[in-house]
Amino acid sequence: MFIKNIEAFLVELTDIFRFTGLFFNNLFVKRFEFDEWINQLYKTGYRSIFLISVTGLILGLVLTLQTRPMMADLGAEAWLPNLVFVSIIREMGPVIMALLFAGKVGSGIGAELSSMRVTEQIDAMEVSATNPIKYLVVTRVLATTIMLPVLVFYADLIAFLGSFLGMKAYSNISFPLFFSQAFDGIYFYDIIPATIKTFFFGFFIGIISCYKGYYANKGTEGVGYAANAAVVISSMVIFVIDLIAVQITSLFEI
Amino acid sequence: MGPESIIAISNLSKAFDSKAVLDEISLQLNPGENLVVLGKSGAGKTVLLKCMVGLLTPDKGNIRIFDTDVIKCNHATLDEIRTRIGYVFQQGALYDSISLRDNMLFPLMRNAKFFRTPVDEMEQQMETNLRSVGLLDAMNKMPAELSGGMKKRAGLARALMLSPEIMLYDEPTAGLDPFMAQEISDLILTVQREQGTASIIVTHDMKCAKIVSDRICILHQGNFIAEGSYKDIERSGDPQVSMFFTT
Repeated sequence: MFIKNIEAFLVELTDIFRFTGLFFNNLFVKRFEFDEWINQLYKTGYRSIFLISVTGLILGLVLTLQTRPMMADLGAEAWLPNLVFVSIIREMGPVIMALLFAGKVGSGIGAELSSMRVTEQIDAMEVSATNPIKYLVVTRVLATTIMLPVLVFYADLIAFLGSFLGMKAYSNISFPLFFSQAFDGIYFYDIIPATIKTFFFGFFIGIISCYKGYYANKGTEGVGYAANAAVVISSMVIFVIDLIAVQITSLFEI
Repeated sequence: MGPESIIAISNLSKAFDSKAVLDEISLQLNPGENLVVLGKSGAGKTVLLKCMVGLLTPDKGNIRIFDTDVIKCNHATLDEIRTRIGYVFQQGALYDSISLRDNMLFPLMRNAKFFRTPVDEMEQQMETNLRSVGLLDAMNKMPAELSGGMKKRAGLARALMLSPEIMLYDEPTAGLDPFMAQEISDLILTVQREQGTASIIVTHDMKCAKIVSDRICILHQGNFIAEGSYKDIERSGDPQVSMFFTT
């Protein structure tokens, strides 16, 4: 049983790599589906703004409120804005937003493509000699790869605002002072690795969700399974990439 | 392959999980002919169609379409052949995120063969095809707003957009009321007459088979057990064949 599970895992991993190969093979094929790509940018980006805004605001607020008593006890309240902001930029922002993105966008892509598969829409594209990978997969993966870093950047700014509100609830700190305390210890090496990893998060959320949807079977049951698997596997991969990113960052001591 | 046949299938086999669905079957389709493949649900009719257009890979046998081996040919050649075939899916398979108009233009806009075709010309062809199936007024509707019969007609109109030489119909009348089934059967005949296409129609609807068929093949447990005109088949003494007329 255990051996069979390992075998199934390795087969699936190989299939995902093969699917990634298909994505790159079709990336530069003539006549890029620009309209569909813009449509996907709108769906994955603009339609996630409300969720990202609320989560970002609460993230900044809660982190500040929970850390403040401890920092006040240590007499280090002035470091609080910087501590919160560094943790948001480096870790909390990218990982939490990527998990949310996998839940909202990844499950949507998995469900959409799998329902297209079971209702023979993908077959219809193939038999009319159009390329479903180019139209469905390339546009979606490019959209998730580009939109997630943008959304994480936006969420960081909203979390910054939430953190300020958290500070303001217990002190008379002015916005300029909060701003200078928050940004005092922020360097490019806090921002760049965090931004790079969000591109990878977005890319793998797109690839895994498209893969699970594209090869769905078993009728409507398969649609539910594809949506679910897209979220679960993407979430796991986000943590794996995060671990690798931390190791690489430590390796270069940045 | 006979000198005239445009589809020639020989010794085709396909199994799923060691269960043989098609067992060394052979079939020819002649130009301008409507061939009905009759069989019970699960007899392998759709599998046969999907093997022809490369959606499924057979385990054994040959499929030659326009004198090209579609199993062994490369992807570009297969796509070239696919542009000469119209496939009408059982449920229409319309792309549900775009309007009927965009559904119709979808294959034309994305085939290198038509990149130089002016948009006006494509629009004109779309309007002609939609008018011929009585859906011109529904042009801007989304697929979810169409009834089952309208979806089937729209699927047929979309399949005609590439001006195919062969039409493949997968259960064209399944799930329709008798009036709509009659309308679809009439449309199949109209397409044959006006576009000069050869067609393979897989169905278990005897009424549809009677209207549209020039020739019928009956598929049973992975093999063809009878072949001939509707009248020939009707007269057959084989209980497996007469079952289609009595139920």
